[in-house]
Amino acid sequence: MTDHTVTQKHRSRLSEGFSDFVKRFYWRDYVVYITFLVIFTTFSISLVDDGFLSRNNLLNIMRQTATISVMAVAMTFVLASAEIDLSVGAVAGLASVITAIIIGQYGLFLGIIAGLLTGALIGIINGALITRVGIPSFLVTLGMQGIATGTAMWITDTAPIPIANKTYTHIFGSGNFGPVPSLIVWTLIALAIGHTVFRHTPYGRQVLATGGNEIAARYSGINTKKIKFYTFALMSTVAGLAGMLYAGRLHSGRFQWGQGDELSVIAAVVLGGTSLFGGKGSVIGTIIGAILIGLINNGLILMGLDASQQMIIRGAIIILAVALTGRKQQS
Amino acid sequence: MSSTIVQMQGITKSFNTIPVLNQVNFELRKGEIHALLGENGAGKSTLMKILRGVYQADAGKIIVQGHEVKLASSSDARNNGISMVFQEFSLIPTLSVAQNIYLTREPRSKFGLLDDRECEKRSKSLFDEMEVDIDPKSLVEELSTGYRQLTEIATALSQEARILILDEPTASLTHTETLALFSLMRRLKEKGISIIYISHRMEEIFQIADRITVLRDGQNIITDDVDNLTIQEVIEHILGKKAEKALQWEENTCVDRSQTLLEITNVSCNRGVKDISLSLFKGEVLGLAGLMGSGRTELIQAIFGMNPIKSGEIRVKGNKISIQNPESAMRAQIALIPEDRRLQGLILIHSIKDNFVLPMIKLNRLQRRKLFVDDQKGNDLSIHYLNKFKIRSDSINKVVGLLSGGNQQKVVISKWLSTDPEILLMDEPTAGVDIGTKGEIIEIVRQLAGEGKGVIFVSSELQELLAVCDRILIIKKGKVEQELDRNQISSEERLHQILQGA
Repeated sequence: MTDHTVTQKHRSRLSEGFSDFVKRFYWRDYVVYITFLVIFTTFSISLVDDGFLSRNNLLNIMRQTATISVMAVAMTFVLASAEIDLSVGAVAGLASVITAIIIGQYGLFLGIIAGLLTGALIGIINGALITRVGIPSFLVTLGMQGIATGTAMWITDTAPIPIANKTYTHIFGSGNFGPVPSLIVWTLIALAIGHTVFRHTPYGRQVLATGGNEIAARYSGINTKKIKFYTFALMSTVAGLAGMLYAGRLHSGRFQWGQGDELSVIAAVVLGGTSLFGGKGSVIGTIIGAILIGLINNGLILMGLDASQQMIIRGAIIILAVALTGRKQQS
Repeated sequence: MSSTIVQMQGITKSFNTIPVLNQVNFELRKGEIHALLGENGAGKSTLMKILRGVYQADAGKIIVQGHEVKLASSSDARNNGISMVFQEFSLIPTLSVAQNIYLTREPRSKFGLLDDRECEKRSKSLFDEMEVDIDPKSLVEELSTGYRQLTEIATALSQEARILILDEPTASLTHTETLALFSLMRRLKEKGISIIYISHRMEEIFQIADRITVLRDGQNIITDDVDNLTIQEVIEHILGKKAEKALQWEENTCVDRSQTLLEITNVSCNRGVKDISLSLFKGEVLGLAGLMGSGRTELIQAIFGMNPIKSGEIRVKGNKISIQNPESAMRAQIALIPEDRRLQGLILIHSIKDNFVLPMIKLNRLQRRKLFVDDQKGNDLSIHYLNKFKIRSDSINKVVGLLSGGNQQKVVISKWLSTDPEILLMDEPTAGVDIGTKGEIIEIVRQLAGEGKGVIFVSSELQELLAVCDRILIIKKGKVEQELDRNQISSEERLHQILQGA
């Protein structure tokens, strides 16, 4: 008798546990992973004869998305703090140009420093205008996009600046570290550092709090302006690094490198489950989102679609995935 | 003999097998003000959502004006004359009053264009009928909270509402605004409109309501005329068996007048504070009483670094400190429980735990190997406070916005107590929480004083101030008007008179 009730109780607790799990499993939080698996499987089956699964093709996808991935990691912080940065692509282009010029004249070391400083300086200007002067980030970075691209065009007369330094191109994009292409290593470094900082440091938590409710964050002692300032400085510095990766991969600096990337970067971050309204985000999701975009690009090319068709399908897939991510408002 | 306009019979509703309403009967008469009372979680808002067509009952029927109706959506409810005036305002601030009232139902001119003039004319006649003076052309953002609420009521009336649901309408109103609302409610009543009035404020209910229904644990405990009940009886019905001594004054023996925790001398701010001096002793609860806008909130925000101090000095335990921002206040072991928990106290989309750890992270109290946040410690501490304050939630990972007001407030309090403050500034800590939680919060304040901390307690509820404070400062126009020892105040009426300047 007692035994019986005990087992029954036990069983009902088990089933409660399971239904609890089902209830808590918000599948919308995992849309990017599910979409990734679905697309990957579809392409693997339908494009097997076109060499989709070949080692070279897969590595290629990773290499081509590396610059987007690296910028998207930093963009996760920007969106999570409920801001936006539209200047990243242009900053990457300017940094590639500056790096190429300085390497040509003053050598490797100063070239790397100059590229990073270019990004950092623009980030500081963005951050100061947004937090000190109080101009919305959308406008500041939209303006900065023009300024950065214009500067890059002006100082180069719109011509590409070749980079002859083998060490540079090897480290920043063309070479391998052991068996692994350097661009993949850069992606992994960005992922590891980004994820740790986002999830496990006071700065990351304060970014989320600032984006979740800026007023409550201030009442909790957080200097939300400082947090946003750092976030913009970080974003542009990383965009500068991405520009240097372009320069390494393409053996030159040019204003066009990275042009229009801000849209792919923001799409990758939002696909990865970060809220455009701030307060919620994931760096791992971001990287998967970036690779997913690369995967789609690659698959569509292998399918033999022309550029116009690729653009249409790419756009549709992104809208669909983001629509699925938008969690229904809980009442 | 008034007739019944709404009858809800045997309403039963559960969520995920948890019963929320159990066989509830509720009856509303034509032209009455019917107060609906109960603790948070007693089922009031679920019952009202069923009446508004937001939820559907699992069992039971709803009869409106003699006909059984199915309310499957809020437009069904509106067609039956049922309208809700929202606690969180649903007006669009940048549109005019008239545009808001007729939003989506704008009168059209000959060519099918919007006819703003007609819209304003109709709004004007609505306001005339309500006997309130609002210019239909003014923008909603220029209106005070009270007028916004009146605009919402006008919107409901423009839709031929016969039954109005008011949820905590006076929560953010000043005294005069409240009186204006009450006289409007009486006029509506005479016109045969029925009002369901949800509030936690007993005095107001006894001023305005005709009948009272109390819900507890999803059941109708009592429905009766106000005249047949006393406040004490109603509170007992709301709380059930729980003893009610929270709101009675107990002599505090812990005040140590030889040790001053906080001393403020001639502090002035650009906003709201003019030359205020006060001191707070160890183990003392110091009350700040004053009307809304008197400067009490501005004063404690200044102490917490949210309202820049222009002149004057602040000493904590005798040491002069400079407070430029909340962080410097926190480093001086000062904590603020802000007045608006949803806006200032919490990040509603984050979990209990993420809210809880925020101040500790800021103070570097949750560090692991210098750089990282120690999540394990944060989890343990939040579980500790969850149990200590009986916060009703199945886990610390629950999103804070889904908790009831009382539980949210307990999260705010525990978030600050975890930083181990010596001086607690509490701004309306019991606003919008149910009576049960209110008692618990007051008990927490007493305990804190017992542990030798100092508390500055701001409240609009005099009963509460009298229950917990050892001294009360009357604040008026940014200045300390009077200082009263608790023993000098004979009754709530006396304090009320002092506040009104009599």
